[in-house]
Amino acid sequence: MSDERRAERDSRETRTGSDDQERPVSDIEAAIRENDPALITYITAGDPSLEDTKEYVEALDRGGSDLIELGLPFSEPIAEGPTIQAAINRALDAGTTPQGFFELVDDLETEAPLLVMTYYNMILQYGTSEAHSASDSRAVEPRGKPDVRPFVERAAEVGLSGLIIPDLPAEEADPLREACDDHGLDLVFIVAPTTEGERLETIMSQVSGFAYVQARLGTTGARANVSGATHDSLERLSEFDVPKAVGFGVSEGDHAAEIIEAGADGVIVGSALVDIIAEHSSDGDAADRLEAKAAELKRGARRGAGEAVDAEDVPEPEQP
Amino acid sequence: MSKTTPDHDRDRNRERDSEATFGDYGGQYVPEALMPALQELEDAYERYVLNNEDGFMDEFRERMRDFGGRPTPLQRADRLSERYDREIYLKREDLVHGGAHKLNNALGQVLLAKYMGKERIIAETGAGQHGTATAMAAAHLDMPCEIYMGRTDINRQRPNVYRMRMNGAAVNPVTAGSGTLKEAINETMRDWATTVETTHYVIGSVVGPHPFPKMVRDFQAVISQEARKQIQEQAGRLPDTVVACAGGGSNTMGTFHEFVPDESVDLVAVEAGGSSLEIDEEANLAPNSATLSTGTDGVLHGAMTKLLQSEDGQIVESHSVSAGLDYAGVGPELSHLVATDRVTPASVDDDDALNGFHRLSNLEGIIPALESSHALGYIEEHTDDLGDLVVVNVSGRGDKDLETVLEETEKRDLEAAPDVEVFKE
Repeated sequence: MSDERRAERDSRETRTGSDDQERPVSDIEAAIRENDPALITYITAGDPSLEDTKEYVEALDRGGSDLIELGLPFSEPIAEGPTIQAAINRALDAGTTPQGFFELVDDLETEAPLLVMTYYNMILQYGTSEAHSASDSRAVEPRGKPDVRPFVERAAEVGLSGLIIPDLPAEEADPLREACDDHGLDLVFIVAPTTEGERLETIMSQVSGFAYVQARLGTTGARANVSGATHDSLERLSEFDVPKAVGFGVSEGDHAAEIIEAGADGVIVGSALVDIIAEHSSDGDAADRLEAKAAELKRGARRGAGEAVDAEDVPEPEQP
Repeated sequence: MSKTTPDHDRDRNRERDSEATFGDYGGQYVPEALMPALQELEDAYERYVLNNEDGFMDEFRERMRDFGGRPTPLQRADRLSERYDREIYLKREDLVHGGAHKLNNALGQVLLAKYMGKERIIAETGAGQHGTATAMAAAHLDMPCEIYMGRTDINRQRPNVYRMRMNGAAVNPVTAGSGTLKEAINETMRDWATTVETTHYVIGSVVGPHPFPKMVRDFQAVISQEARKQIQEQAGRLPDTVVACAGGGSNTMGTFHEFVPDESVDLVAVEAGGSSLEIDEEANLAPNSATLSTGTDGVLHGAMTKLLQSEDGQIVESHSVSAGLDYAGVGPELSHLVATDRVTPASVDDDDALNGFHRLSNLEGIIPALESSHALGYIEEHTDDLGDLVVVNVSGRGDKDLETVLEETEKRDLEAAPDVEVFKE
């Protein structure tokens, strides 16, 4: 992470725990509120290699991403559609490990804060493998008990700003949320079209960073149009004062415009970017295309917010 | 006496609380979109299964009797008893309609889905027994049904694919990964996440998020309810040892459940030892499915349980000669019972399972499923660990496995096998 951002974040880390009444605004919340309408982009780390991912993340950053989600690949991605599942398989085939992932993040210099998106077992096992490699005296008991803290500690150390764990509902999240609070990281929760009533209240009371609004039922994947569920979800969330970003199915500038117009503070795009990587990583022009796609999406978002956008204008990231 | 009283004299195990965990295991690790459906299912489980609302359990038992063929016999195996010089009894789940214990759960869940007002049934299957049972239950209860099955399993379990289609179910091939049960479960979860409002996912074992492990166990507990009563009637006392094979663990939990409070009874869960118990991290492969014996704690398919995984937390491909045991996870309640020393995990390799298959076929005139053959392999290899009175669960019949058995037998020099050359003519 950039030194300036590190300094900025450190200066904001004044809270001592989750009980504080006055929560300082996190990196992530600040990135969305200050850039509203915000563009959040996702790619899978290690697809097709970690070196390529570095180049792609920097391209997405230049293209106008306000937050970047990096997928840490897990072999059983039950919340993903075929596009991201294939990317995860490519990354695993390339030998992507949590250790390599953290080294990549440590090495990145982006304006946009970075989040990790992964599955809960990856968080749990980082603790056990650390315990394993840290001590040879565990020959009889080869693994430690699963523990979320080593992962969160390392995530904070390399400069990640938050975590999204699609198979961790609020009911099971206490240990991870406490660890994240202790290290000043956001734990982002997903709000689904089926989330209503008391569950919605519970989740929204635990949201930090932003609420990830799932635009439609099902798995991730680019779709041809924006679901009516988006409008309903945003309406249900309107009384909650947290940034709301909509993902699942967003692939074009026009979708971004429509989602922002419907009242979202940000749009999240993954599969459409992963498609570009799948098609063009071998041509060598994937990075340029990712930058252009991010710019198109960002323009769409601004259009949705009623801002005058020159169609030819590729926005430069705002200088701090 | 209320019609809902179970067959035996005590109703000791009913857990009417809403605990989602068994000690450190269990829970609900699923995408947010599915959480309301799990809540809805939990309510339905409590109302209909635990409290027999609208006579649900009465109807279930009646259908299990008339359609399913229950109760199944507890048969004394005379020649095995002679061979091992102790009393061996077989619980004959192979005689349930469809040829396996799987119908106990499938019929229960499809009926429950009907009571809940769901319009569509989906399920995943490994060996095809659960898919077959679900397709049969869905046809019986007039519900549309789709089954996800790995490509590899489709190829090695053709007869069951035909049976599912005969019963009107669509069979959707899954090509991801090694094309076995793990991938089929992922794909079914994805379907469910898209269609959750109208669709019930009939999970085929005591795995997955709460309340599935408890609910499936309760539907399968009929095995041990009957066996416990039958052994007391037939042998005059409780058994010393109860043996069942374990993949996901549904017949295991069904066979053990009523015996869990009987501390004098040893419970042995026999897993697939495959060709080796070591994990090959380089190849991302466990040449076994011995999760209880060799797995480590983690989260897969909605629950904290024991898993076959790499040091980084990637789930490895499992292996067994028996497709029905070929799974990298196991039910969380079994993980808990092993962690608390109530259940003893054991494993039997492919060769010994095949020998078990041939031995039972030869000696007793019963062709067992390759899954059950692991339990039969165990009593041969560990006779000294058994007590004087033993119950072995024959979880299903082996018709579906004949092609695999011939092919695998031919590759090996097996003591108990007949001459398989003759089949090649």
